[in-house]
Amino acid sequence: MATMYKYDDYDQTMVDARVAEFRDQTARRLAGDLTEDQFKPLRLMNGLYLQLHAYMLRVAVPYGTLSGAQMHMLATIARKYDKGYGHFTTRQNIQYNWIQLKDAPDILADLATVEMHAIQTSGNCIRNISSDQFAGVAADEVVDPRPYAELLRQWSSFHPEFSYLPRKFKIAVIASDEDRAAMRLHDIGIQMVEKDGALGAKFFAGGGMGRTPMIGPCVREFVPVDELISFSEAVLRVYNRYGRRDNKYKARIKILVHEMGIDAFRAEVDAEYEKMQPLDLEPPRAELKRIEAFFAPPAYEAAEDGYDLSDPDFAIWAETNLFPHKVPGYAAATISLKPVGGIPGDASADQMDLIADLAARYSMDEVRVTHAQNLVLPNVKQADLYALWQELDGAGLAPANLDRASDIIACPGLDYCSLANARSIPIAQRLAERLAPVERRLGDLQIKISGCINACGHHHAGHIGILGVDKKGVESYQLLLGGSAAEDVSLAKITGPGFDEHGIVDAVETVTNLYESERQDGERFLDTYRRLGMAPFKEALYG
Amino acid sequence: MAEQQNNKGSWPRYRDDAPVNSPAVTLEAFVEQPDAVAVRIEPGADVRELIPHLGRIKLVEIGFPVFGDGRNYSAARILREEGYQGEIRAEGDVLLDQIAFMRRCGVDSFAPAEPIAAEAAERALGFWPEVYQPAADARTPIWAKRHG
Repeated sequence: MATMYKYDDYDQTMVDARVAEFRDQTARRLAGDLTEDQFKPLRLMNGLYLQLHAYMLRVAVPYGTLSGAQMHMLATIARKYDKGYGHFTTRQNIQYNWIQLKDAPDILADLATVEMHAIQTSGNCIRNISSDQFAGVAADEVVDPRPYAELLRQWSSFHPEFSYLPRKFKIAVIASDEDRAAMRLHDIGIQMVEKDGALGAKFFAGGGMGRTPMIGPCVREFVPVDELISFSEAVLRVYNRYGRRDNKYKARIKILVHEMGIDAFRAEVDAEYEKMQPLDLEPPRAELKRIEAFFAPPAYEAAEDGYDLSDPDFAIWAETNLFPHKVPGYAAATISLKPVGGIPGDASADQMDLIADLAARYSMDEVRVTHAQNLVLPNVKQADLYALWQELDGAGLAPANLDRASDIIACPGLDYCSLANARSIPIAQRLAERLAPVERRLGDLQIKISGCINACGHHHAGHIGILGVDKKGVESYQLLLGGSAAEDVSLAKITGPGFDEHGIVDAVETVTNLYESERQDGERFLDTYRRLGMAPFKEALYG
Repeated sequence: MAEQQNNKGSWPRYRDDAPVNSPAVTLEAFVEQPDAVAVRIEPGADVRELIPHLGRIKLVEIGFPVFGDGRNYSAARILREEGYQGEIRAEGDVLLDQIAFMRRCGVDSFAPAEPIAAEAAERALGFWPEVYQPAADARTPIWAKRHG
């Protein structure tokens, strides 16, 4: 029923083969035939990390799209193999933090029954393809980006040449000028565009966050739609051959693009692309048509725009959490996974089951995961919105805070992650408690928190970013201002010396207070910062 | 499939012709020695320097000093794209779970530092009944079968 790609026997065969292969590899590891060093890249390519307390399993949600049945399975896995919850991530995936190695093959087998997997959700390979959570819904898209994401998913799955890259490789595909997927901060960012009536892709490469944040420059203005794969192949080959391997912190494609310069990089890609033309690497148009057919618009009912806003709590939620649908009488509703005091992106098994049921009843059986760690019901009839909201509210799933101060992106931080230098979750919780009472007044404000310089919490792209560091054994938090992951993409700048865990909450409030007193004509925090520059904020913080 | 022996043990080989026993010389030496027929490509070397010489090459040994360095997957595939039909031998830190991808990139013999048994190799290669993308082997991608 859901409008989404469905496996045929070939796709199912591939996922089943992966389960069999990983079952064999796990058995060899448990028997001692594989060392941890040898097993590591194999488990990583199946999304299995060794964390502080247990294994973490990351399950792929291709371009963030889930059916009700898939969401139910995610709930089942949370109950059966974890502690009853899961954690939605900034790459539209879901992670389980308490997995035992011996269970991993069974989990993959369970996932395969609902056309899901954990293939390439970690490791130095092409990761899950991400996209706009409002794909197929947004009025501003030139085309639904999901078929191209699916085409790329299949091409990149078990790619023999690109499974031992210098470092991980992330691709995002969007089809609007408005960027809701942080596209320019990906290793490859693809924007589907129209030129002279023909469909194609604008290709960006070398974006990313991490230790050295970069905004991806354009590699080619227009790649015809039936050359997407060849062009991607050319970019990947240049990266695989020339990307640095001497230092893992300089191994992402952004460093290669930066060190070569975009012109030299583009020349290499163009030369490789020329050589690939005669190789017949491109799936035929018929294959794209086959995939596109799965994403044909569902059977919307004729309806008028408008709904009853007499319940003031519902009205606040509707004003904040709804996105306009291209079909009259419908809306896309964001289910915030950011209750004040909660863990950003976490959902319990019961909540997942409820969301799956609500998707079946109210959203044509479809759920989307957003890169801001929320969920979306993309196809809700406006006439059903109030009933939907009541059910969400009853389950603690109706925080009215989309893109508000308490809608914080945070990495797992020191509470879970073996790389972290500082805790992220408690900072997010304290900040949400402090700012939630005034967040309607503050308007659009994106706060993003990372517990180490690897930047999984996207702090470089926060209107307000927070970076946890270890300062002589004590957690310290740097404050950054002015980042954006949207079409007005920019990298945040550090204000100055860091703060302790209490001081950082006060510091953010100092910044938002200054914004409120300086704001002109309803401008966003980000616009005020851009207009005023860093100086007055620095003065307020340290003066 | 045949196996062949050396002082490190046996390894899988997927060619019918006789193994080349000439030592593989460095790329630099190879270009200078017109009678050399075997050459070794280290990760990071530009395999395209061999293109003018493909006619006389019988063996390209591609090195994997550490299994995570994947540059020579591209090297092997480039050689096949250029029409090279001689032996491509993966040498070094070559692990059982990598040989299926290497085969797809055009590698047709293996000299792993740790011996790989023929049966284990056969099993590892048998896990994948289908492939999603064309590469340097003759396998038909799924999309071609769908629209065959």
